[in-house]
Amino acid sequence: MNMSNLQAFRKWAVQTARLCCGIPDYDVYVKHLREHHPERPVPSYKEFFRERQIARYKGTGGRCC
Amino acid sequence: MSTVAVKPSPAGKILWAAIAIIGAWCLGVVALRRGEPINAIWLVAAAISVFVIGYRFYSKFINDKVLCMDPSRATPAVLRNDGLDYVPTDKWVVFGHHFAAIAGAGPLVGPVLAAQMGYLPGTLWILFGVVFAGAVQDFMILGLSVRRDGRSLGNMLRDELGPVAGVVAMFGVLVLMMIVLAVLALVVVKALTHSPWGTFTVACTIPIALLMGVYLRWIRPGKILEVSIIGLILLLLSIWFGAFVSTSPTLGPMFDFDAKALAWLLIAYGFCASVLPVWLLLAPRDYLSTFLKIGTIMLLALAIFLAAPTLQMPALTKFIDGTGPVFQGNLFPFLFITIACGAVSGWHSIISSGTTPKLLSNEGEARMVGYGGMLMEAFVAIMALVAAASLHPGVYFAMNSPGALIGTTAQDAATAISQWGFVVTPDELLNTATNIGEKTILSRAGGAPTLAVGMAQLLHGIIPGEGMMAFWYHYAILFEALFILTTVDAGTRVGRFMIQEIAGLVYKPLQHTESWTGNLLATAICVGLWGYFLYQGAVDPLGGINTLWPLFGIANQMLAAVALMLATVVTVKLKRERYVWVPGIPAIWLVVCTLTAGWQKFWGPISFMAAAAKYSDARDAGKLLAPAKTAEEMERIITNNYVDAALTLIFILLVVTMAGFAIAAIMKAWRINHPTAHEEPYVALGSVPVR
Repeated sequence: MNMSNLQAFRKWAVQTARLCCGIPDYDVYVKHLREHHPERPVPSYKEFFRERQIARYKGTGGRCC
Repeated sequence: MSTVAVKPSPAGKILWAAIAIIGAWCLGVVALRRGEPINAIWLVAAAISVFVIGYRFYSKFINDKVLCMDPSRATPAVLRNDGLDYVPTDKWVVFGHHFAAIAGAGPLVGPVLAAQMGYLPGTLWILFGVVFAGAVQDFMILGLSVRRDGRSLGNMLRDELGPVAGVVAMFGVLVLMMIVLAVLALVVVKALTHSPWGTFTVACTIPIALLMGVYLRWIRPGKILEVSIIGLILLLLSIWFGAFVSTSPTLGPMFDFDAKALAWLLIAYGFCASVLPVWLLLAPRDYLSTFLKIGTIMLLALAIFLAAPTLQMPALTKFIDGTGPVFQGNLFPFLFITIACGAVSGWHSIISSGTTPKLLSNEGEARMVGYGGMLMEAFVAIMALVAAASLHPGVYFAMNSPGALIGTTAQDAATAISQWGFVVTPDELLNTATNIGEKTILSRAGGAPTLAVGMAQLLHGIIPGEGMMAFWYHYAILFEALFILTTVDAGTRVGRFMIQEIAGLVYKPLQHTESWTGNLLATAICVGLWGYFLYQGAVDPLGGINTLWPLFGIANQMLAAVALMLATVVTVKLKRERYVWVPGIPAIWLVVCTLTAGWQKFWGPISFMAAAAKYSDARDAGKLLAPAKTAEEMERIITNNYVDAALTLIFILLVVTMAGFAIAAIMKAWRINHPTAHEEPYVALGSVPVR
C-alpha cells in the first residue's frame, strides 16, 4: 500500500467514524457554503461541531435496539 | 471504490457454483451431524456462503426487478444537497454509518436466549430469515425512501396507506420504544445484580462521559477520536480497578445492589441523562459506545476465527417442545419472536428511512448499504449464537434459568439442570463464577452475561493469563451496558419529543421543546412508562426477561411486518404485481408469527392472563406465591400481568388494523391499470450540476 492509498484510507476512516457519531464532513459543508451560499458566514469547526451535536439528538431514530 | 462486477463468465459461474457447494456442504454438516459436537467454523462458513449467495443473486434480483433502482437517477442527497443532512457520500462511508446505526444489543441477546432450543433452529432462522425477510425489509424501505426525498417510515405510510394508518403506526412505534428501553435496561439490571465489579465499572462510565463532554466542549472542541481514546483508556482502568472494588470490604458493599435498587437507579439516571444538555453526557457516551461496539464486534469475530470453538450445545434440545426455562412457548412462533434483530428487525426500517437515504449518492448503492448492512448484522447474531452454544450447556442453563426453577444455590441448580439431561456439577458452576470474578452465575438471564462468559472463554483461549478471564468478562459486560445505556438516554429523549408532540395537540405550550415545564413533564412521563415495565421485570416471578422479551419480540416483529406491508403495497401500486411475493411472503409470515405469539401470550397456558389467574387464585385462597412476600406484592404481580395482557392485545389489534389498511390499499391499486405510488419525479443524475 503506498502513501496516497494510506491517506485515502485514513480520510475514509475518519469520515466514517465522525458520521457514525452524527458529524458530517466539515470540508464538504464549507465547500457547499462557499459555492452556493457565499453570503452566509462560514462557521468554524467548533461551531459546526456544536450545532451538529445538538441536531443529532433532536429527531427520531438514530440507533437500534 | 467500486464493487467487483461479476460478469457471467465461465470462471464466474464456476466460482459461484463452488461457493454454493461449500455452503450446502457446511449447512449439511451443521444440520445433519448428530451425536458428536461440531466445530463453530462449519456454522460460520455456512453463514458466509449463504450471505454471499443471497447478496449476489437475491438482492440483485430485488434491485433490478422489484425496486428497479436506477443508477442514472438523482438521489435526494444530490437534489437537496445542503452539506449537513443531505450530502452525497462515499458508499463505504454510508455503509459504515448505516451498520453502526442498526447494530445494537438486540442481535447479541436474542440468539443467546434462543440457544435453549439448540443451535440449529436459531441458525436456520437467522440465515434464511435475513436473506428473505430482514435484509429485504431494510433494502426495500431504503429504496422506497430514496425515491421519496428520504421520507420517514411514518410519512411514507401516511402517503401510501392513508393518514389514519400513519397515526396508528406512529403510536405503535412509541409503544415499541418504551418496551425496547425497558427490556434493554432490564438486561443491564440482570447483569449487574449483586455484582460490585460490574456495577462499579458501569457507574464509572458516568464521570468518564462527563469528563469527555467537558473536554470536547471547551478543551479540544470536536476532537472525537482523541477524546474517545482517552475515554477508552479510563474505561479499561476502571475495569482493572473494579477487581479491587469487588474484593474490598468497604467499597464492595457500596456497589452491591439488588435488582429493585438497580431498577430505581437506572430510572433516575435515565431521567437526569435526558434532561441534561446532550454535549455533557449523552453525546460523549454515544461516541464511546459506537467505537467500542464496532471494536468489540471485530474482536468477537477474530476470537471465533482464532479459537474455532466446538459447539457444546446439542443441535436440538428437548426444549423445542416449549417447556424451556429461558423462555416459554413452542418453536413456532416463539423462536421467530425471540430472535428479532439479527434475522429481521422492524427498528431498522426507521434507520433505513432516516439518515441513510439522505446520504446515498447513487441509487445503485442502496443494495450494498441496505441489504449488505443487514447481512453484517445477521453475522453478528451468528457470532452471538456461537458464543452461547460453545459454552457448557449446564453453565448456559444455570445462567439463563429463573431462580424459581433452579433454586438459588449451585447445589440445587446443578441437580435441577442435570435432571434436564445437561449433566453439570456444582463445582463446575462455582468455578465458572470464580473464574469470571463473580460470586454466582445463577439466573443471570438477559443474554449479556452469557455472551460475556462465552466471549471471555474464547478470548481467554487465545490470550491466556491469570485473572484475564474475569477482565474479559467485565469488559464484555461493560461494553453491552455502555451501549444499552446510550440507547436508554437517546431513546428517552426521542420518546420525550414524541410525547411533547402528542401533548401539544391537547395543550399547545407543552410542545415547546425549549420549555422546562414541557421538558420535565414529558421526560417524567416517558421515564415513567419504560420505568414501569423495568421495575415490573425486576420483581417478576420468572426473572423478568422470560416475561418481557416476548413482548419486545412481538413489538419489533410487528413493526417489521408493517414495514414489509408498506413495501408490498408500493410494489402493487407500481404495477409490479408479479413480484408482490418478495415483500409479501415475509410480511404474511411475520403477521402469522406475531398474531400467534400474541394470542398465546394473551390467552392460554403460557399467557399473561393465566399467570394473573394463578396469582389471583392464590390470593383468594389466602396464600403467597414466590417471589411475593406480602399481599401487596401479590396484588402488584396480578396487576402487572393484566397490564402485559392488555399491551399484547393492543399489539394484536395494531397488526390487524395495519393489515386491514394494507389489504385495502393493495386491492384498490390492483384494479387501477396505472402506477399510483407517490414517487418523486425522475431527475437524471447528469442534469444536476455537480455540487
